[in-house]
Amino acid sequence: MSNQQLDVRGPRFGAVITTIVLAIVFLAQGTAIATALLLLQTTAFAIGAFVGPHAQPYGLLFKKFVKPRISPATKFEDPQPPRFAQAVGLGFAVTALLGLAIGSATVTAVAVGFALAAAFLNGAFNFCLGCEMYLLIKKFA
Amino acid sequence: MMNNVYWLVAILVLASAFGLFRRWNEGRTKVDNHRVIVSAQQIGSPLGDRATLLQFSSAFCAPCRTTKVVLAKTASIIDGVNHVEIDAESHLELVRELEITRTPTTLVLDKDGRVRNRAVGVPRQDELILVLAATV
Repeated sequence: MSNQQLDVRGPRFGAVITTIVLAIVFLAQGTAIATALLLLQTTAFAIGAFVGPHAQPYGLLFKKFVKPRISPATKFEDPQPPRFAQAVGLGFAVTALLGLAIGSATVTAVAVGFALAAAFLNGAFNFCLGCEMYLLIKKFA
Repeated sequence: MMNNVYWLVAILVLASAFGLFRRWNEGRTKVDNHRVIVSAQQIGSPLGDRATLLQFSSAFCAPCRTTKVVLAKTASIIDGVNHVEIDAESHLELVRELEITRTPTTLVLDKDGRVRNRAVGVPRQDELILVLAATV
């Protein structure tokens, strides 16, 4: 686990890619492409949640291809908040896969829909999932 | 397939509306009508002689850091104002009593510890200073 500070643009870039991937999954529901992309996205979330944002595949794409072409980072953040967001995404993605496993298209569609909304809010509005959900979980846990 | 497109658009429109509403509301200092009194003992830190900026923070909360900077700066420029940051998770009873729903939440307490105002999100410093001027 690494605690090095992240360029804030990294997780934001990742959220945009996640939004695009999940939008395709949502549109292509019921096809092999949707299942393959959902598995890919679940893996990405799992790496982000368990290993950390520094190893998240979209974060690596940002580091390798985007970062060298843009201005140096001016804003940094702790890796823990984006890591929490990845864990929330993983929860939705696993639920979507369970829906596929039990043959419930509705469960899959709803779970992908929530993950998509969360990723979109993160990418477009810099929405902080940890701020909203962590206390809620603690209050009712 | 066409149905999925409609659903996708609906999700994005709803999420955008929510995001815009949140952005518009972010950090606005509002009058709090609960009028709960908070003691120095409950927050584990002395109250300011004139007012206290009580910040609730949590793990996994990036804007809590920004809030801390804004509040510390505000407290340093106005005499008799203390900034107290507490971890919401380890003060769950207070969190329930004060109906804190997310972090960062800032409460403006008067000299007696009575809750006067509330700002959810990173507070807007200009609004905060106006509120403090009225409180102290």
